[in-house]
Amino acid sequence: MRFLFKTDYNQDIRIAKHSGYYWSYGLLLLIVFAAPFFLEGYYIGQLTQLYIVAIAGVGLMLLAGYTGLVSLGHAAFFGIGAYTEAVLTGNGIPLPFVEEPVVFSFFISMPVAAIFAALAGVAIGIPVLRLTGIYLAIATFAFALVIEEILSRWESVTNGYSGLLVESLYVGDMELTDGPPFYFLCLGMLLLVLLFSINLLRSPTGRAMMAIRDSEISAQSMGVNLAQVKTKAFALSAGITGLAGALFAHKLGFLSPESFTIFQSLELLVLVVVGGIGSLHGAIFGAIFVLALPQGLAIMKDYLPVTIAETPGIEPFIFGLILVLVIIFEPYGIYGRWLKIKLYFQMFPVYKKATFKRQKAYMKSERLK
Amino acid sequence: MQLVIGGVSIGCIYALVALGFVLIYKATEVVNFAQGELMMLGAFLAYTFISILGWNYWVGAAAAIVCMFFAGNMVDRIFLRPVLGQPQFSIVMVTIGFGYMARSAAGMMPGWGTETYAISTPFSSEGMQLVPESMGSLVISQTDISVIVATIILCAVLYAFFTHTRLGIAMQASSQNQLAAYYMGIPVKAVFSMIWGISAAVAAAAGILLAPTTLIDTSMGFIGLKAFPAAVLGGFGSIPGAVVGGLIIGIIETLAGFYLPPGFKNVAAYVVLLIVLVVRPQGLFGQKTGKRV
Repeated sequence: MRFLFKTDYNQDIRIAKHSGYYWSYGLLLLIVFAAPFFLEGYYIGQLTQLYIVAIAGVGLMLLAGYTGLVSLGHAAFFGIGAYTEAVLTGNGIPLPFVEEPVVFSFFISMPVAAIFAALAGVAIGIPVLRLTGIYLAIATFAFALVIEEILSRWESVTNGYSGLLVESLYVGDMELTDGPPFYFLCLGMLLLVLLFSINLLRSPTGRAMMAIRDSEISAQSMGVNLAQVKTKAFALSAGITGLAGALFAHKLGFLSPESFTIFQSLELLVLVVVGGIGSLHGAIFGAIFVLALPQGLAIMKDYLPVTIAETPGIEPFIFGLILVLVIIFEPYGIYGRWLKIKLYFQMFPVYKKATFKRQKAYMKSERLK
Repeated sequence: MQLVIGGVSIGCIYALVALGFVLIYKATEVVNFAQGELMMLGAFLAYTFISILGWNYWVGAAAAIVCMFFAGNMVDRIFLRPVLGQPQFSIVMVTIGFGYMARSAAGMMPGWGTETYAISTPFSSEGMQLVPESMGSLVISQTDISVIVATIILCAVLYAFFTHTRLGIAMQASSQNQLAAYYMGIPVKAVFSMIWGISAAVAAAAGILLAPTTLIDTSMGFIGLKAFPAAVLGGFGSIPGAVVGGLIIGIIETLAGFYLPPGFKNVAAYVVLLIVLVVRPQGLFGQKTGKRV
């Protein structure tokens, strides 16, 4: 057990809490940077996918885990980012004052995709931020369904259900959107997003967000401008998710509205909840869970009796079951379990079971009285 | 006018599902995202009793409703009681998880599967003239009439139940103030389970009524998502509001499908929902209230 004596404020908000962090995270970085040199193409692709999903997860985590605003429509921002990217890097779009249609370079299109998604976030955010709790969830849900319909009906831009091809990108002669280069691109983006989020969360804005999550009324009475901070949170969250969407467009190579349905929104929420709500680690763990579960089930099928293994539709059942079990038995998700295991070994002989015991909760009414 | 009748009929279904939402929300402050799945299970049970076991339509329907009452009860006991008192978000996620499970369980059941089924009903889908020929054509099918009449009867029964029985009044009390109800000796947890049971039974009724129109399959639960706009429009937590909201949404949707380009029919309900939330978040019948700290 390591005791930290904090002697000044900067020590309290340091990113690396103590020297052990350099070792553990340094090792992790080394592994992920070395991975493409050892792994086969398939696993590189899977890891790339993992990083993209994790970026989207961080986006939603900022909103749901840290600001306490539940969005049931994050696939919409994901989709907006993906389609923006595909259209901008595609056949070019006519702009005023320019003769030829402009094909955007990747380095411009990616931020633009994120900004578009963020703007969409603000557009939905401002009117619905007066709402709280379940009304907000339902409003974002409705918004996502409307966006989904727009994606499938606005055929001149999105090509509807026949789908939209995403062009590969090249820097010099190197294809940027496939194999190891794309792996490093996604990894770099994920690291940037994580660093940004960590810094955001120790800044005044991030603390205001957490204050809002814990109690809107006390945050307001401490001088937090609710509307402003909530809008910021919405915009940042939507922007990060849009960025993930832009990467996802290149990963898929072919977009159709079916990739951005309400189920993707739910899957993102499940990611956040199972991973561990209210922690950035949780977003990563959740992404691993969401991607590994279908694979794990596919492997398990080989060992199960044929009658069970051949049953179609067992996957969503297990998905739902795990979700319910996690909420009932481990409300802080995989990361919460990890913290407990860690503490058990840190305290080794004297770990007390009640360390993480929650206070007996009574029905807290969210209804306005 | 013909369109309005069709809209009223589909609106009644929305109203019944929304009624289920509102009952649960009003009493337990849980928003049940699996309401549509409860409806789907009810319809499948009815299909089992009527088409597979060959029971009489009325007996089968009643049996399905009773079974769903107990199923709803169990859902509350197994899934929701352990998370009682946790943030609303967790509870919503539990219902979403239950929805996943219910949908895929129905797909895995022997005899149910992922195909589409129909129930043979005593109602014909042929039209009946409502007004004399001279006043133009206004047709309504027996199926539509059955939906409308059943909705009216169900609403009347529920109203009588809530105002005239001991249990109903206990439910009203626990929805108004749980702690006070608890102090007065009302077994609030048992009441919650009862509410879930009633709500599931209403959903089952909606599923059985909907079966002739859309047929039964595992994805019919998505109709439940259309009931959100209905419930919000009426003011979440208002029972007459849910019914009126359902009717309005049904009519708007049918009209939008007829007068506006394709695509608008699917989203009309949600556009209405967004507008209502922005303009009048408390809905048509909700109460505007402040928050006490």
